[in-house]
This record gives sequence, structure tokens and C-alpha cells, in this order.
Amino acid sequence: MFRFIARRLLETIPVLLIIITATFFMIRFVPGGPFTSEKAVSPEIKANLEAHYGLDKPLYQQYFDYLGSLMKGDLGPSFKYPNRTVNEIIADKLPVSLELGLTSLAVALVFGITLGVIAAIKRNTWLDYVSSSIAMTGICIPTFVLGPILVLVFAIHLGWFNASGWYTSYDRVLPAATLGLVYSAYVARLTRGGMLEILNQDYIRTARAKGASEFRVIFRHALKGGLLPVVSFLGPAIAGILTGSFVIETIFQIPGLGREFVNSAFNRDYTLVLGTVILYASLIIVLNLVVDVVQVWLNPKLKFD
Amino acid sequence: MSVSLSSSADRLPSGIPLPEDLEQGTSLWKDAWHRLAKNKLAVFGGTVLIVLAIACIVGPWLSPYGYEDNNLNNTFSPPSGAHWLGTDQLGRDLLVRLLVGGRISIGVGLCATFVALTIGVVYGAVAGFFGGKIDSLMMRIVDIMYALPFTIFVILLMVFFGRDIWLLFLAIGAVEWLTMSRIVRGQIMSLKKMEFIEAARSIGLGKRRIIFRHMIPNILGPIIVYTTLTIPAVMLLEAFLSFLGLGVQPPLSSWGVLIKDGAEKMEEYPWLLMFPGVVFSLTLFSLNFLGDGLRDALDVRSSKD
Repeated sequence: MFRFIARRLLETIPVLLIIITATFFMIRFVPGGPFTSEKAVSPEIKANLEAHYGLDKPLYQQYFDYLGSLMKGDLGPSFKYPNRTVNEIIADKLPVSLELGLTSLAVALVFGITLGVIAAIKRNTWLDYVSSSIAMTGICIPTFVLGPILVLVFAIHLGWFNASGWYTSYDRVLPAATLGLVYSAYVARLTRGGMLEILNQDYIRTARAKGASEFRVIFRHALKGGLLPVVSFLGPAIAGILTGSFVIETIFQIPGLGREFVNSAFNRDYTLVLGTVILYASLIIVLNLVVDVVQVWLNPKLKFD
Repeated sequence: MSVSLSSSADRLPSGIPLPEDLEQGTSLWKDAWHRLAKNKLAVFGGTVLIVLAIACIVGPWLSPYGYEDNNLNNTFSPPSGAHWLGTDQLGRDLLVRLLVGGRISIGVGLCATFVALTIGVVYGAVAGFFGGKIDSLMMRIVDIMYALPFTIFVILLMVFFGRDIWLLFLAIGAVEWLTMSRIVRGQIMSLKKMEFIEAARSIGLGKRRIIFRHMIPNILGPIIVYTTLTIPAVMLLEAFLSFLGLGVQPPLSSWGVLIKDGAEKMEEYPWLLMFPGVVFSLTLFSLNFLGDGLRDALDVRSSKD
């Protein structure tokens, strides 16, 4: 297992290097820079600013400088927020996005697995149809439709929550529900499929024949195997939740990294864009690795290779 | 739908000019058509899509209003006899904007899917046909790409290189081909060992001719199914980008743009959000139902996702 993890981590290095290089040069070949703003800056000031941030050096020099400081964990200064480093901005905003993401993931898993298990146990009854339709609805209603609708109903008409903001723990409910419900729909569908397959297996019949209670059969024996498709979906789900939070943070005006990323791209804040891309890419790659390990751990038929 | 299915059936045996094969080929598609016609949800989905497509194509011509006709004396009017779905902040008729937006959304969906389809089919076919080291290298690349935050790159592309509609569907298409390539590869690998391919090889046909004339026509089923399932994913991504302000630019509209505008004003004028939201979700519903129905009808083994 350790060899598997080590090999995968080694593989990550060239992938990240390609991402960094591609992003670095892509943003440099774009018309417009961080200091070409609406307010005309005099050429002298502009030259000074560019010298200050090292933008006057040859491009390859800048690239290697960036890689050098990246090795030390330094993502450089932000171009748009004077006197702030990218590290500070990320340290400031990432916890918010992570909290939103983890809460949403929890909503997706708890709600989705419950729905899926119910649908599988009560196969072809009204309970199954109801939960399957809820799941299909969730898949077809995108977050940017569901979010505003939830706000309209629960914040504006019923007045239970604030329409936007990120101050009290109540403010977490609507954003996390919006993002989580969409993914719970996929989780429910996968759980139902996985559970149906497992419930037909011989070892489930054996467990029932031994006189295990239905509760025990489902939660002790079937669920572990039935959740395999859900575990392999977790990789894409995590990536989706992380990027999906861009929209959620916009709708609910949450001061997270997602909204910051979109703004930084508009502002041509090179270092902040690069830092965020590197962070998200590494996060997603590492989480995918964790998912793969969990998958093998859950499924004795798979081997690390 | 019947038109496209039967025309593919006519084309299907072109590589295999034996009459028996020709009959068999046709009956396979006829069978599938009968199974699809029995699936009520799929028929519902197909009907909704046809009606929507016709409405989007023809509707704007029949309407007395143009999609950018302002009428500042009649802003935010609720649905009425004159404006069936009401008007927006500039007094523009929402129905016409919805239909014109539909043209864009559906058009982008189809074009981007075509890009994804082309890349995915060619990539998967090459990997599957050549096998060995080429295959493992190509598929390893796909695996790695699965774990990357592509939405982030599409966002960067759109921000930096102008919000060009051509770029939009090229970028989306370049992201959505991964699953298609995996499916095509698997199918090609199982076809490779079949006798008729060996026969084609033995009479000295070139590799390209074998792949494109003999193999791909035989895997049209899975390709059609996954194309139908790719379209909603693509439309979702387009709407996602438009919602962030990165997709289609005013005065043009797409469903994503309308949902974004509607969400901003939903407190006082909920219909501006409701109608685009409902139509968009209904389209996604229909595409998913139709795709699921086709999958069952053509008996495509469900892959791991």
C-alpha cells in the first residue's frame, strides 16, 4: 500500500508541474495585465510597479523565480491587494470554502445514502419511486436554480434564514443544502444500484439464514459493499463540490476562495490565480488518492497495483 | 428521433455488404426503437425535447416582439395576455428571450457535444485498437485528466480570451470527452477479437478504414447513448459559466444568462427566475430520461459511473 501511495504521489509531481507551467504561460500571453486598469497609471509608475513585482524580467526568469519561491511554499505577493501575500489571502478564505465544502459533502452523503438505502430495501414500492424521483429531480435542477429558489422560499417568504452572508451557523444551512442536495441525488442513485446488487449476493442470504436481524444484515453486511460505487464517485464529487462552490459563494455572498478566484481572474491578479489553481489541483489530486486507497480498503477484490 | 435512428441503421451495414448482416443490423435498431417507444419516460422526454426545439426555432419568428426590443414603459410586467411570461427590467418580452436563449443553449449543447464526441471517439478508438503501451499511456493520461479541476481552466480561458461563443463550446467540448473515450475504448477492445475484423485485416484493409468503416458503425449504440447523456452535462456547464457572467454576452441570452438575471431580481419579480429555471430543468430532465431510455433500449451495459 505504501508503495502504491508513494508511486501515485511521485506521479503527481509532473502533473502539477504541467498545470503550473500551462497556467503560468497562459495568463502571461493574455492581453491586459494587473496594472492596466480603468484608472490610467502614468508610464513611470507602471514601470516602477512592474519592477517591484519582477514583471520587467524576461518571462523565463519570472517562471523560474516563481518555481523557486513555490518550493519554499511562498506563492508571492498579490497584485491587486497591496501589501497582502497570496498565502495570507488563501489562509483567510480557504477555511470558509472548506467549511462549506465539507458541510455540503456531509449533507450529500447522509441524505443520499439514507435515500438510496430506503429505495433499495423497499424496491418497487412507492417509497422507492418517491426517493428515486427526488434523486432525479436533484440531478436535473442545477445549483444556480435550486439556490435562488431555496432563498426565495426559506429566506424571503418564510424568513427562517438570512438570504446571504456568512456570520452565524444558521447562515451555513442554505448554502450547504443547495450544494449538498444536488450531489445527494447522485449518491442516492449510486447507493440504490450498489445495494440492489449486493442484496442479491449469497453472503447476504447466509447472513439472513444465520438469523441476523434485518437491521444488522443491511448496516453490518450489505452497506459496506453497497457503498463501493459511492466511494468511487467521491473523487468527481469532491472536485464538483469545490468548483461548484464558486456559484454558491456568488449566490449567497460568502467570502470564500471560490469567489475570490473568479474575481482574481477578472482582475488579472496573476499570482492569486496561479496560487488558487495550484491549491485546488493539489487538493483534488490528493483527495482522489485518498478515495482510491479507501476503495481498495473497502473492496478486498481490488489490489494496489 | 426516429429519423436519425433509421438513418444510422441505413448507414450501419455499409461496411459489411452481406444481405444477412443488413437484415440483422436493421432489426437490431427496430427492436431498440420498439423498446424505446414502450418506455413512457423516454417518450415523454423525447416529445418535450422536440416540442422545445421547434418552439425555439420557430417561436421567435411568430412573436410580435424581438429579443432585444426595449419598452421602458412596461418593465417588470407580470405574465399577461400581451406578454405571456412577463417582461424584464428593460421591458423585453421574456418568452422571446427564453426561446432565443434556448437556441443558444441547445446550440452550444449540441456543438460542444459534437466536439467532445469527435475527440472522445477518435481517442478511445485509437487507444483501444492499438492496445499495449500506446493504450496504457493514453488511458493513464485520461485517468490523470479525470482528477483535474477543468472547470477552473474553462473559467480562466473564458476570462482571458474573451467571452467568445466559439471558444465557449470548444473549451467545453475539450473537457467533456473523457468518459466517451473510455467507453469507446472498451467497446473497440472487445470488437478487436471478432472474426469480421480479422477478415477485414486479412484482405489487407488499412487500419483507418477498419476503425472508421467497420468498428465504429458497430458501436453506434453506446456512442448514441453517451452522446445523449453528454448533452445535459454540457448544457449545465454552459449555464454554469453564463451564471458566473462568463458565457454568452448581452444582448444575446442563454438560459444560464436568464437564470442569472432572474436570480438577481427574484425577490420582487419571481417569474423572471421561475420560467427559465423550469424550462432549463425540464430540458435536463428530458435529456436524462431519453438517455436512460436509450441505454435500456440499446442494452448498453452500464459502465462504472
